[in-house]
Amino acid sequence: MSISVPEKVWWKPIDKEEKIWLALALIWMLISFVWMPIYHFIGKQNPSSESYKAPRGQFEQLANDFIQKYQVKDANGAPVVMNDIPVVHPPAGGDAYLVGAGWKWTPVLELEKGKTYRIHLGSYDFQHGLSIYPLNINYMVIPNQDYVITVTPTTSGEFPIICNEFCGIGHHTMVGKIIVK
Amino acid sequence: MAVQDFRTCSITGLKVHLPAQNLIIVNAVAAVVLLLIGGLAAAGVALTRLPAVHLLPADWFYRFLTLHGIAMLIAWIIFFEMAGLYLGATVLLNARIAAPKMAWLQFILMLVGTLLIAAMILTGQADVLFTSYPPLKASPIYYLGVILFAVGALIGCFVFFGTLAKARKEGTYPHGSFPLVTFGLACAAIIAVVTLLHGAAIYIPALLWSLGLIGMDESTYRLVWWGLGHPSQQINVAAMISVWYLLGTLTVSMKPINQKLCRTAFVLYVLFINVASEHHILVDPVFSSAHKIWNTGYVMHLAVLASMIHALAVPAGIEVALRKKGFTSGLFEWLKKAPWSNPAFSAMMLSIFIFGFMGGITGVIFGSEQVNITAHNTWRITGHFHSTVVGGTTLAFMGITYYVLPLIFRREVLGMGFARLQPWFFGIGTILMGGGMMLAGAYGVPRRHWDIVNFGGSPFSFAWDPTVYMWLGVFGIGALLAILGGAIYVLVTVLTIFFGKKLA
Ligand code: HEM
Ligand SMILES: [Cu+2]
Ligand SMILES: [Cu+2]
Repeated sequence: MSISVPEKVWWKPIDKEEKIWLALALIWMLISFVWMPIYHFIGKQNPSSESYKAPRGQFEQLANDFIQKYQVKDANGAPVVMNDIPVVHPPAGGDAYLVGAGWKWTPVLELEKGKTYRIHLGSYDFQHGLSIYPLNINYMVIPNQDYVITVTPTTSGEFPIICNEFCGIGHHTMVGKIIVK
Repeated sequence: MAVQDFRTCSITGLKVHLPAQNLIIVNAVAAVVLLLIGGLAAAGVALTRLPAVHLLPADWFYRFLTLHGIAMLIAWIIFFEMAGLYLGATVLLNARIAAPKMAWLQFILMLVGTLLIAAMILTGQADVLFTSYPPLKASPIYYLGVILFAVGALIGCFVFFGTLAKARKEGTYPHGSFPLVTFGLACAAIIAVVTLLHGAAIYIPALLWSLGLIGMDESTYRLVWWGLGHPSQQINVAAMISVWYLLGTLTVSMKPINQKLCRTAFVLYVLFINVASEHHILVDPVFSSAHKIWNTGYVMHLAVLASMIHALAVPAGIEVALRKKGFTSGLFEWLKKAPWSNPAFSAMMLSIFIFGFMGGITGVIFGSEQVNITAHNTWRITGHFHSTVVGGTTLAFMGITYYVLPLIFRREVLGMGFARLQPWFFGIGTILMGGGMMLAGAYGVPRRHWDIVNFGGSPFSFAWDPTVYMWLGVFGIGALLAILGGAIYVLVTVLTIFFGKKLA
């Protein structure tokens, strides 16, 4: 019984069935243990290992400079915005910034298909969750951290992004966009 | 030994220490009351997440969600575990409780802590959800409430250890080894101590930070907080499996198939399960992939191995016990003729099934590095832990209640007909709710989100794959069934305590 004191010597050999089960379980554990690192090398999508400590003010400055420099201009030379958010075309193969703050994703990034970008994720208010749809790719965006993900878009189109980490009362209004041309 | 301190149970023949019995009763009652509160919050939250109903305004949705997480995951479960620890250390060992005054302090601290937390949440001074990630800030009283609650729980663990030591010294049971259930609970209590120390390491700084005395680094908070959040769930796993062994014995006279194997598995939990906490921060900055893979891959699998051992030992023990009763024809006569009309038995079987097949497996899968990118903060996670902690732990605790009522409260269960249906409503409800959440989550439906249809009027357009709405419907049906099952449980328990026939 599980509720009474066991016999004096309970350290007894285990039966054959149990041994078989244990062996199978161990094999499965070993497979899944090696599979995770293996997939890190053969898989195409992984969390990034690159991040830097970046005090809020400094990150905000870098992101604003980036937006000013690369914001798309229309035929008359006026800066292009989409729902008041600047549309920015970063240099192909270069660095880009994506900021979650003020319950907005800023800017609207315009990327080129097949080019590789280093996207710096950061926030200068609360913690946010970057969730790219419909791929369903999710990364944490944390104040005081510059999280660099290296991305090569393979399909063109417009990809909505939402926030999936609670960031206060405006959390559910955080929708943004990434455009791939 | 003062004789009047004990009574002998007329059903099991076990000796029950009366001061311990009172402590079991108050903790169990507090647990059920908090389950009721958490359940009311669950109804508000679930009906808001159903787009067709969208019941609560945004601020009250997040408030109810904070309350739901705390009342259920923290208060209901830990109060019930305190009752379980006292039961496992006294009744099963014929022992008296050590330091009953300290045990009352445990109860009072946990109760005061819960009241402070609830007051802060309901007055809008803690709109931070139960993870309270900075820089979201709650009133200092909120963090104080959590600390009081945790100190209470820590005291409860030490009263438990003290009781074991005293029972051993006084020789209240035949010789050195504890019964398996007590052994499993002891492992849960050891994990709890480690967990609560992590809790102190994060909630004390958080309190000071909310008072404006120190700064707080967001990433460090996440790391240390999950050092609390992850192992706290392993307390529940160890306690739930102990309850399975207890229920197996009470319902079908199950014997552990091999004491060595079962006990080794519990020890593996103590040694390894605390380590994998980085699966909560797999898609965070700061740590490298190598670090995260080591933490969540390497050692964690030794804890999963322990679960695999119980996954054989518990069902096998039940099968052997039923075959001994003569249900030997064919492969499954034992299962067909099992005592399904006993709600404790059906609760145990459903709990084993839901925890094993839905909760456990999805946990291992979502905790792997690449899958986590598509699961993190989506409803996949919420579906996963409703399968572990609701379909598994909560349902097991509900099952054991049907024995605690006659054996400790000494009342005959009232409304047995309803009680028989209860585990099925709750279990099937959880399966549909958890399954619906996980399948909607697979499309990216976020957790902790007030409005996934109009996004609070955001000017950017967003449209889900229409399949999402089907899974939301499945979630909704499941949620309503689970709420019905939970309501029957609370009603049966409360009515039994007040009006059930008194047993000798
Ligand atoms: C009666 C059945 C229950 C229903 C219908 C229910 C429903 C829900 C829903 C709809 C959510 C929220 C989702 C979101 O917006 O992401 C949720 C979250 C949660 N539930 Fe339940 N739940 C039930 C029982 C329980 C129980 C028994 C526990 C714990 C023992 C529990 C623990 C939690 C936790 C920890 C969260 C997460 C809160 C957060 O994300 O901050 N639930 N539940
Ligand atoms: Cu958010
Ligand atoms: Cu965990």
